[in-house]
Amino acid sequence: MDTPYTIPAPVQSPAPIAARAAARIRRSFRQIRTENVFKNVLVITGLLLVILVLGILLTLIVQSLPSIRLLGLRFLWGKTWNPVKDVYGAFPFLVGTLLSSFLALAISIPFSISIAIFLGEYHPRGWFSNLLKNAVELIAAVPSVIYGFWALAVLVPMVRSFEKSIGVQQPLGVGIFSSSLILAVMIIPYAASLGRSMIQMVPSPLKEAAYGLGATRWEVIRSVVLPYTRSGLFAGILLSLGRALGETMAVTMVIGNTSILPKNIFAPGNTMASVIANEFTEADKTVYLSALIELGLALFLVTVVINIAGKKIIDRFTHE
Amino acid sequence: MRTIKGSLHAALLLAVLSLVSCNTGPETVSLIGAGSSFDNPLFSKMFYEYYRSRGLKVNYQSIGSGGGISQLINRTIDFGASDVPMNAEQDSLSGAAVLHLPVTASAVVLSYNLPEVTEPLRLTSEVLAGMFLGRITRWDDTGIAACNPGIHLPAVPVVIAHRSDGSGTSNIFTTYLARVSEPWKTIVGRGSSVNWPAGLGGKGNEGVAGLIRQTHGAIGYIELAFAMQNKMACAKIRNRAGHFITPDIASITAAANIPIPADSKISLADTQAADGYPIAAFSWVLFYKEQHYQHHSAERAAAMVKLLSWMIHEGQRYSGALYYADLSPAAVSTGDAILRSVTYDGQPVSFNQK
Amino acid sequence: MQKNHVKYRIGKSRAFQILTTVLAFSCVIPLVAILLYIIRAGISRINWQFLIHIPKPVGEVGGGIANALLGSVIMIGMASVIAIPLGIMGGVFLNEYKKTRLAYWCRLSVDILQGVPSIVIGIIAYFWLVKPLGGFSAFSGSVALAIMMLPIIVRSTEETLKMLPDSLKEAAFALGMPFHRVLLKVILPVGFSGILSGVMLSVARITGETAPLLFTAFGNPYISGDPTKPMQSLPLLIFNYATSPYKDWHDLAWGASLVLLLWVLFLNIFTKLITQKWKVQL
Repeated sequence: MDTPYTIPAPVQSPAPIAARAAARIRRSFRQIRTENVFKNVLVITGLLLVILVLGILLTLIVQSLPSIRLLGLRFLWGKTWNPVKDVYGAFPFLVGTLLSSFLALAISIPFSISIAIFLGEYHPRGWFSNLLKNAVELIAAVPSVIYGFWALAVLVPMVRSFEKSIGVQQPLGVGIFSSSLILAVMIIPYAASLGRSMIQMVPSPLKEAAYGLGATRWEVIRSVVLPYTRSGLFAGILLSLGRALGETMAVTMVIGNTSILPKNIFAPGNTMASVIANEFTEADKTVYLSALIELGLALFLVTVVINIAGKKIIDRFTHE
Repeated sequence: MRTIKGSLHAALLLAVLSLVSCNTGPETVSLIGAGSSFDNPLFSKMFYEYYRSRGLKVNYQSIGSGGGISQLINRTIDFGASDVPMNAEQDSLSGAAVLHLPVTASAVVLSYNLPEVTEPLRLTSEVLAGMFLGRITRWDDTGIAACNPGIHLPAVPVVIAHRSDGSGTSNIFTTYLARVSEPWKTIVGRGSSVNWPAGLGGKGNEGVAGLIRQTHGAIGYIELAFAMQNKMACAKIRNRAGHFITPDIASITAAANIPIPADSKISLADTQAADGYPIAAFSWVLFYKEQHYQHHSAERAAAMVKLLSWMIHEGQRYSGALYYADLSPAAVSTGDAILRSVTYDGQPVSFNQK
Repeated sequence: MQKNHVKYRIGKSRAFQILTTVLAFSCVIPLVAILLYIIRAGISRINWQFLIHIPKPVGEVGGGIANALLGSVIMIGMASVIAIPLGIMGGVFLNEYKKTRLAYWCRLSVDILQGVPSIVIGIIAYFWLVKPLGGFSAFSGSVALAIMMLPIIVRSTEETLKMLPDSLKEAAFALGMPFHRVLLKVILPVGFSGILSGVMLSVARITGETAPLLFTAFGNPYISGDPTKPMQSLPLLIFNYATSPYKDWHDLAWGASLVLLLWVLFLNIFTKLITQKWKVQL
């Protein structure tokens, strides 16, 4: 229907010329209208996404009002979580969440980037790389319950012997460190997959120019590929971090679940998401339920702060 | 290309339509219930047998006792199941009278990891409270030794294992401790989730069991069915009458053989029965007394009452094999009275007690 | 002198390659370990009966995961239908209107969404869809899952499109093509592999999610295809059975996990086979 504008062949009579010209003008207007409609649809989609997240924020606030009214800001730095006496303090869980997520991110970044480079640069094609690609995506598909069980059965004893060998005071095996390890495994696919797609899309002329100047493989990667894909890699890392912040099931099985502030990374702790998951179905008081939802709200706000800060850091790196 | 895409679309449409029409046909009554995960294995067996013999489908999901109660309050389910009776706040939120029908009884056992001790450990309520309060920190403490004459206890630290997730099991155990120990009552209290003064949290029974198995000197509380399924060592607890009782199905049923109030909301913790295990509790099915609310039909009400009556009579025969305790005769007769009081539009709902 | 320096650089490059290879493969070790763990525990339960029967209670021989398998397929299908178009359009929007304020807030919102715990999304879906409508339904579960898919699809679409050279788009416009045609016929096909990998990753993620379905789809011990009624899904079944005290329910859970992983694998391979001819290499 919408064919590109072509110069018409010479015609004989004036009326068909005028008619065809009018038809062309109508087509152009219709085309412009369709384009506008489509552009509006795009903008509406963007708006919809923002409204969705605002809606989530609003629902969280409304549902946590009873607990906000009762506790106020003490919620954020209170150190005791006592459902029986209605004393709710989220601070130990905040620390646990941040510690385990960032530690997991730190552990997983070398692995994610390595996979991304390996599959994007060294082996972009072939049955072998397909196998590895599928394996990485499969990591994301394993239910977190299974990760939790496996971590409890296999990872925790290994961590316990490791703790004994380095002389930790109470070698329990469960703790922030174990949960960071299993989290690191779980969040690898997000940065790896996005990073791999980005690295694969680096235009060949850029790389060939660098090779032409005599660069080695490593130098091409370091000075051409990685800077070009910087924003994509950071986006993938942010996705991984998001996943780590929100993970519940696997973490809750190996983190030790105490409401005491963890003293070091080998101590047991707790995260906000795992507390919500553990206690939501059994909460029997309105205040208790809304305190748990307020915990969700706190996690939401923490995610906002981390994302804004992360974006500022990324902007500084990509625009220098 | 176009024909492949077209045929793919057609196939997709056909698949979707056939799936959606999977469940059309005459709207047969089916019931939906939710709540305690402790009851889940027993209910799955009971409802399966009921479906085989009477043809009624029951969809029960274990989302937790608290979840069952809140869904009942929101009227999204027909009946809830809980290891804990509704508290005053939940009663006021529900807006109408909710009946509690005891359908089975559970027990909380204390399991421990002391391979040196070959006979079952004996514990009193004072010792238990002391350990869980963090006051008794070693196994060779005089308090523990006093209950276990002749048994050599190792000089190992006591590691407490408790539930990290809210659970009816925690509620039963802390209710018992609050009843028998004044310090526990003031410092910690009772609930599905409490602020444990000592120890590590494990998720679910298997989390606690895992902690116990992996830590020498650990002691924790788990459900009887779990302990028996996994052949874990259980301690004998001294009851109010002074006897050290081994937790098993007989001692739980005995614990429930006491006078039961008409609304059946009684805690069996620290039971007065002479041979009853002291850390036991009923598990209740909850439903509205007046069954006509929102779109709830008379057929559903009748079907549910028939189901519940079956559960406390014929259904009990499936308990033993799954390590659940039978209801005591006192509980069954209280249950019958409760079922007779269910009404629809003020009229008692009829059901035959075959 | 020059030669030694060159050797040093080549050596560094070789060392980096070895490091990358070693790190890349060590990621697969936990996956293989978990697979072995599941296979050892669950392979004994998998047979044809397992796939076409509904679960039986404890102590009964037989029983399977048919209701969960069907439920998972239906709910993931519905979630994909909701999330994929929305996600791709969102990614396109973020790329087209890069510098606007709305794009900044949209990008931020999507990244925040990725960090919301799955149980909170389930709770939100409960308050938005289940409570007002008075009952649990597979549809509300699909909505919760779709919300979880969105961030991954949006971000990978946006980043993929960002990497495409502007010359492609400008050439298409110069030929007089309207915008939606440029998008559908030129840009999306070229960025197809990146977008597809984002989609497959998001599908893989929601296949294993339990928490959002607890209060929305609720679960169902019988086979049901009705989106307005509760429905069972594989991860829910796995969670319920794995956390029970009975060994044969544990075996059922591991068998179901194995089926779930195999299914994701086959879905990946199947999708790649079908979409082979739609890819355009730059």
